[in-house]
Amino acid sequence: MSRRIVIEPVTRLEGHAKITVQLDDAGQVRSARFHVTEFRGFEKICEGRPFHEMPGLMSRICGICPVSHVLASSKAGDMLLGVEIPPAATKQRRLVNYAQVLQSHALSFFHLSSPDLLLGMDSPPEKRNIFGLMEQDREFLRSGIRLRQFGQQIIELVGGKRIHPGWSGPGGVHERFTTRQRDEIVKWIPESIESIGIALDRLKSVLDSFREEVAHMGNFPSLFLATVNEEGGLEYYDGVIRITDGSGNTIAEALDPHRFYTYLGEASESYSFMKFPFYQPFGYPQGHYRVGPLARLNVAKFAGTYHADREMREFKQRGEGAVCQSFHFHLARLIEMLHCTERIEELMEDPELFEEAIQAKASLNRREGVGSCEAPRGTLFHRYWVDKDGLMTKADLLIATAQNNQAMNLSVEQTARRFLDAEPDQGMLNRLEAAIRCYDPCLSCSTHALGRMPLVVDVTGPAGEPVRQIRRET
Amino acid sequence: MSVRTLEVDGRTITAMADQTIFSAAWDNGIRIPRLCHLGGLPDAAACRLCLVEIEGQKRLQSACTTKVAEDMVVRTDTPALQAHRKLIIELLFAERNHVCSVCVVNGACELQTLAAELGVDHIRMKPQYPKLPVDVSHHRFGIDHNRCILCTRCVRVCDSVEGAHTWDVAGRGRNSLIISDLGEPWGESASCTSCGKCVQVCPTGALFSKGKTVAEMRKDRSFLQYIVTAREKRLWIAERKPR
Repeated sequence: MSRRIVIEPVTRLEGHAKITVQLDDAGQVRSARFHVTEFRGFEKICEGRPFHEMPGLMSRICGICPVSHVLASSKAGDMLLGVEIPPAATKQRRLVNYAQVLQSHALSFFHLSSPDLLLGMDSPPEKRNIFGLMEQDREFLRSGIRLRQFGQQIIELVGGKRIHPGWSGPGGVHERFTTRQRDEIVKWIPESIESIGIALDRLKSVLDSFREEVAHMGNFPSLFLATVNEEGGLEYYDGVIRITDGSGNTIAEALDPHRFYTYLGEASESYSFMKFPFYQPFGYPQGHYRVGPLARLNVAKFAGTYHADREMREFKQRGEGAVCQSFHFHLARLIEMLHCTERIEELMEDPELFEEAIQAKASLNRREGVGSCEAPRGTLFHRYWVDKDGLMTKADLLIATAQNNQAMNLSVEQTARRFLDAEPDQGMLNRLEAAIRCYDPCLSCSTHALGRMPLVVDVTGPAGEPVRQIRRET
Repeated sequence: MSVRTLEVDGRTITAMADQTIFSAAWDNGIRIPRLCHLGGLPDAAACRLCLVEIEGQKRLQSACTTKVAEDMVVRTDTPALQAHRKLIIELLFAERNHVCSVCVVNGACELQTLAAELGVDHIRMKPQYPKLPVDVSHHRFGIDHNRCILCTRCVRVCDSVEGAHTWDVAGRGRNSLIISDLGEPWGESASCTSCGKCVQVCPTGALFSKGKTVAEMRKDRSFLQYIVTAREKRLWIAERKPR
């Protein structure tokens, strides 16, 4: 008799989703899927609004990565105005973007994933959370919380508030960066670099005990897409798109992010509200690709900062040509945190950041604008169309998490095939969720479950009749 | 000018005979909530928030248009009035699409501030979610009817201070809409002088400067006091020299 296992909701990620596993008559995994069950409709909400409002409105998409949406939206606005913004504004935007990658990665690693990594996939669910970790290693967790605080502090200092800062808009930013802000920020840097170093050592030391998970939780060749700078180094704000394959070969170089729609397509599937983007020349589904920390480190040739470059060289040795194991998203995330902190330190000594000119003034000069940047979870694209007065007629957003959709589905399926049997226990189910957590998907801004959400697994017969229910209470 | 003595909220105050209850109370530090009244503009009693109880009268009276009288006894802050004001604010929110989180004047909006002061934490009636236009055809300013509360400050400042009378109200009841000239897009208005006074007196984010993003706009009304004072002192009228 074929059966279906449903995990709903998937916990310790940002948003609402479920996982279904279809078993065949012999109890073997036939298919496994990751469904995003929420619908937001932001592209519709924006219609008819002035484009200057977009950064503020779009930032409401997410409470974890609002800065990415503000930046992509501001950049699309810059293009609508047809201006190049002053260097001080660019640098402020860069600074806040680094801060956001730092705080978001700290949240993903320390708050959401480290319970799996440091307490073990099979540890009891009631302990496998941030509080369980606090009992075991208070100082380690504290350093993680402080890292997130550091990132948030920068966002608040520069952007005015921690969540949904509205300081940037079409044409530049609204406030000058001051030496007082710099003095606040530099205090944090030595501690942050040390904390990230400790976390890196800690993760590397436990990786051996996850040999099976590394090999079977999303280990497959795929394309990787990321923004790089002109020399091919790590870049988060302004650069060109580079695509490489699972062996490290370059598939496409120096693609213009403003024309992403000419080489990226979107497919949809009936079982999920999230679209399935693909690289057009390869078609769907062969052209699916991964974005985010793992993709960025695979695609970039170097980091460009001292500590991060050292770690990156070591990281690249974990694969042949490219690191294809999604489990290494965690490691990539920590390396990126290191890089961001180093870049923040560099920016603090950059005199251009303090310059007076922060806003380019212009009226509407174009009818279509595109903005892109690297969000914590991958490359983000906003494309807007406006009427002659500047009212939005259409918006098209390509969100980082969506670009990992196909990869997440493949990871869930691979994990189910390796770890699931006919009578799944808590450890097996947790591995299914952990496969998703590698990607740190940001399904919306609203949910932060700390492993304490109810988890219901419905086992249903071929006709959908309930056979058995496994329940984990809150 | 003769003086009147009256009682407001248990306090005996004096006022000039032509003063309104609102301004007499204001002069004596008694603050009555309002959204349509603005010092320097003629009053319209449009928002009904300044309604007060006057002893001996069955109906509530708007403080901004009712003149003081000798021995008048006025109450401005009874539980019934508080409930009444709260209801008005809720109705305003329900009538159009007020989304503070993405509004240009978030944090400096009179409607938002008053709602907070009156303790409006939810709306009891069904929001109407009307589909209303946004007009950004003007090269410097925009009007978002979703955020308009029909206080008519813009209409009055344009008429009585600027003297252009670009703005007026079209339609009736819930279909009322502020229009420029005879309903043309603002950018095509022949009478608008682009002075921006309407934008500055608007209590919400309905009238805004283009290019402003969320919570970025702050309204500056200092010009109004200057103009009104100058007018009263006849600063612009050249003294005629005796021949």
